[in-house]
Parts: sequence; C-alpha cells; structure tokens
Amino acid sequence: MNIKTRLREFKAGMAPTIKELKFTLSRIRKNPLSIIGIGIIIFFVAVAILAPVLAPPPPTSRDPYMIPRDGFWSEPKPPSPTHPFGTLPGQYDLYYGIIWGTRTAFRIGIIVVAAALAIGLTMGLIAGYYGGIIDELMMRFTDIIFAFPGLILAMALVTALGKNLDNVLLALVLVGWPSYTRVIRGEVMRVKQEDYIEASRAAGCSDLRIITKHVIPNAIYPLLIIASLDIGAMVLTAAALSFLGLGASQGYADWGQMISVSRDWITGKPGQPFIYAHTFLIPGLCIFAFVLGWNLLGDAFRDILDPTLRRR
Amino acid sequence: MGLKTFVIRRILLMIPTLIGVTLLIFALTQLFTPSRRAMIYVTNTKELNAIEEIIIKYHLNDPVYVQYYYWVIQVLQGNLGWSQTANMPVLQAMMQTIPATVELVIFSIPLTILIGIWLGVKSASHRDSIIDHLTRFLAITGYSLPSFWLGFMLISVFYAWLGWLAPFRLGYEANAFVYSKSFIRYTGMNTIDGILNGQLWISLDAIKHIILPVIVLTVISIALLIRVMRSSMLEALSKGYITMARAKGLSNQEVINKHARRNALIPVITLSGLLAAGLLTGVTITETVFNYYGVGYYAAHAAMRVDIPAVLGFSLFTGIVFVVANLIVDVTYAYIDPRIRLG
Repeated sequence: MNIKTRLREFKAGMAPTIKELKFTLSRIRKNPLSIIGIGIIIFFVAVAILAPVLAPPPPTSRDPYMIPRDGFWSEPKPPSPTHPFGTLPGQYDLYYGIIWGTRTAFRIGIIVVAAALAIGLTMGLIAGYYGGIIDELMMRFTDIIFAFPGLILAMALVTALGKNLDNVLLALVLVGWPSYTRVIRGEVMRVKQEDYIEASRAAGCSDLRIITKHVIPNAIYPLLIIASLDIGAMVLTAAALSFLGLGASQGYADWGQMISVSRDWITGKPGQPFIYAHTFLIPGLCIFAFVLGWNLLGDAFRDILDPTLRRR
Repeated sequence: MGLKTFVIRRILLMIPTLIGVTLLIFALTQLFTPSRRAMIYVTNTKELNAIEEIIIKYHLNDPVYVQYYYWVIQVLQGNLGWSQTANMPVLQAMMQTIPATVELVIFSIPLTILIGIWLGVKSASHRDSIIDHLTRFLAITGYSLPSFWLGFMLISVFYAWLGWLAPFRLGYEANAFVYSKSFIRYTGMNTIDGILNGQLWISLDAIKHIILPVIVLTVISIALLIRVMRSSMLEALSKGYITMARAKGLSNQEVINKHARRNALIPVITLSGLLAAGLLTGVTITETVFNYYGVGYYAAHAAMRVDIPAVLGFSLFTGIVFVVANLIVDVTYAYIDPRIRLG
C-alpha cells in the first residue's frame, strides 16, 4: 500500500470527526454568549500572563502578590494619576491588586478544580468499575459530605485548619470532590454495560487498560462541563470566604479580600455616598466578570457537547 | 412499595447519614489540643476556669472512640459547648438568633418560588424571544454575582444615598422599644411581634430593614430555579400530550398552564433540597453583609474570631437541617410521582 492510498483512507476515516468538529465550531460561532465567555476568559488570561508588565512589582518587594502601599492612612483615596483605580483602606494600590488578583483567581479556580477532579475521578472510577462494598462505602462517605451546604462545611474546615488562602483551597477541594465522584460513577456504571467493554475484556485487556482506554474517554464529557462551570463557582465561594475574613490576609492581591477590607467604607461620607465606591465596585466587577466568563463557557459547552441537546 | 414503606425506608436510611454527620464534625474537633477542645463541653462560666476537670470528666485524653461516645452524649443532651463570642452556651445563642433567620427565609421563599417559576415558564413558552434572552441573562447573572457585592451596592444606593432602607434588624428607637419591658417577644420575629403587640410601627420598621437582605437572598436562590424550570418546561412542551392538547383546539394559555406547567413542576421539586442549601449558605453571607443579627451572622462572626464550638455547632445544625430537608423533598416527590416509590 503506498502512502497516497493510506492518506486517502485516513482522510475518509477522519471525515465524520472533522464534520462533527466543524459543526461544533459553527455552533460556537452561532452562540454569541459563548463568544463573550471565551472573550472574557482570554482577556483575563492575558492580564494574568502580563501581570509583571502591567503592574511591575516594586524592586523592594519580596512577594509580588503583596500589594505595595503608599502610606498607612486608613481612608481610601479616589483614582489619581499615581493610582489609576485609587487606593484601598490602608493605602494599598487598587490597580496593582486587581492585576495580580487575576493570577490569584486563576490559581484558586484551576488548582481547586484540578485537584477535586483528580480525586473525584479516581474515586468515581474505582467505585463505579468495581462496585460492591468499595462502592457502597465511598457513596456513603460522599453522602456525608453532601449532607452539608458546601460553603458552611468549607467555613468550618478553614476555621479548624487556620485562616489563610492555602487552607481555603484545601477546604474547597475537600468539599468539592464528591460531586465529581458521583457523576463519574454514574457514567462508569453506564459505560460498563456496553458491549465494547465486554469485547475488550474477552480480548484479554487488563482492568487498567479498559479503564484508561475505554471507560474514561466515554465517561468524561459531563465531568468536563461541570468542571468548567465549577472554576467560576469555586472562585465565587473563595471570594465569599475571603469576605467572611477566612481567606487571604490583608494586603494580599485577592479580589475577595480587597472587597472585604473596604467593608467599613461602603456608606461613604455624609453628602458623598459614593466617594469610596471604587474600593468595592472594581474588585467586585472583576469577580463577577471572571465567574460570568466561565459560566458562559460552561453553558456553551453543555449545549454543544451534550448529544441530547446538540442537534436541537 | 407503598408510600408508607417508602417513608420508613427513607427515614432508616437517614440514620447512617446523620451518624456520619456527627462523625465528620467530631473529626474536626480532633484537630485541636484537648485544652482547646474542652470548650466544646463547657456549659457555664464556672467551668471555663476548670478546663483540667473538663478534660478528665469527658475523657479528652482517652482513645478517639471513647471521646466520640462522650461527645455524642453531650450533643444529644443539647450541649454544644460554650461560645466565647456570644458569652453563653452555643445552643442558647443559636436559639436566640434563629427566629431572625427564619423571618428572613419566610419572606424570601415565596418570592423566590413565585418569581422563579413565573420567569421559567415565560422563558420556555417564549423560547428565543426577548423575554427568554433577558431571563436567561438574569439567571446567569445571578449565578455569577458575588452576593455580598450585590449587598454592598444595595446598601450604597438605598441606604447611603437615598436613605430609604437600612441595614441591621431595626432602627435605634425601635430596637430600644423591642428590648424594653413593655414589648413581649412572642416569636422573636419583629414583623410578627409588632402586630401581636399592637405596635404597627415596629413591624413597619422591621420591614424597612428586611427588604434588602430579602432581595439578596432571593437573587442568590432564584437563578437555579429559573434555569431548571425553563429546561423542565421545554421538555414538557415537546411531549406528545401537548401536541394532543393543541390538536384538541385548546388555547395556548390553557396548554401552558394546565398541561405543560403542571408536569414541568415535578422535577423542580427535587431542586428544593438544593434551594435549602442555597438558603442556609445565603443567610450566612446576607446576614453578615447587612449586620442582620440572625444565626448566619452569629456563625460567620464566630468563624472570624475562631470561636470553635459555635462554628461546629452551627455546622452540625445546618447538616441536620439539610438532611431533614432532603428527606422531606424525597417524600414529597414520591407522593407526587408514584413512579419513584414504585420504581
């Protein structure tokens, strides 16, 4: 067989895949909301990458995530040429905090979701594939985690472990993984019934090979959709914990923390109710846009990837 | 399986979960040294100075399962420990603050359900119209909005600028009056107590203070409801019996209200559990934003000041409330939809 016929065969074999891919792309193009979502995420990615250029840390700083301060006066200052977004209570530069806060937001969202996904996937695969007593024990354990509203369990965990951002991440992972376990378990139990699993077992494949080559590729889509929606949700929960004073310490470039410190200033001065509004409006807008971006993206993914909704 | 057997089975299944809930909370207590953990057993100020005795009395240096046994007995007797932030036992502090939270939730739930279902139905029955796009935008905004930030903006506009509405539970005068001897606090809910005492101005003042938290709490929980109602309604509208109803010549209004909506509501019931979780989380944030002194405010402030018994007590409380709420949801669902209990 020469290379030309092989290439032609390959093309013919790939045709349905390419057709589906083109269809998917056309669906993305037709859905204006998903374009907005992608745009927002790309914007934040760019800001996060360019952070050292957009807001160079002062040469004396040891940790770029600590916002430089211009004095110690508690009253926030409105935007000015030296501080384009104004300053926070304690004279932390708001602009600097926003720029570096983008990196913090990505760190929270991606680390938490990736870790929870890894744990959830492993547990769910084991529970769904082997079933029996392991499955039963794991499901009862997830039941216990599910018996608490997530934020409240996370709040208790952070209080017990100690108040800082790392513990917020840890708490969110501990609270977050069971939902992935449940979803993947259900998918695995569905896939397990399929003939091709039976066939590969008959062909003598090992469990590991069946799981990695046949089960995961067929079970993972719903999980990816949930994960993209969760990146936003996790950032939102982390912000709420920061607001409750359980997250990053004062002066750390974290949007939630920045809103939290401006709490005492939201009512403004007599006669000038909005004079300090920048201190909470700007970081809040960032959290909102960031979470909105991920939600729009996740929504679009769901409509596009879910075969039952795809062709409607 | 009849409904009765279903309910009994479901209640029995709840027991291991509840035991699990206590195990998890107990596991958290193990992160602390015995002398810090002792606060979880203290019931009065006298015992605060006798930590050593507490450690011996409740076997805090013994193996874990012995400790668990003594702890569960304490919890079952309603002793959740001493709250240093409230300067009283945790259970007492929670009992004092729960009515305020219930008041908030009572105002918020009907709003959420009525508006949520109405918008979900409108959105689905006018698919791809302006109403649909606006509603979906509203839902996705509600998903993405940091609730405390929304609260700040509302305070800034309606309190600081316009001066119409206010944070806290009551104004200065009303507060002084409510805690004076001439006012009897029947329920602990100011709007109701005001009417019961014949002091309408107290109720009006309470309403003025409750509007903003109710708005925030509603916005938090409504997004999910709109979304599920919409997709459930779309599903129902694509069914054969809808085509049948239309073929019979029923008006669009009748088809939607009598045929589609009723069937679309069933899956929404399963959502109530999630809504309950949203409310429990929501009150914690909302009450903190508005300095509305309910149980969520109490727990959040306890967490900030590392008042461990209070935080664990509150977590245990929410865990139990949530498990029971889910039980009620499941039973209602089985009652409405026989396929569940028979299947």
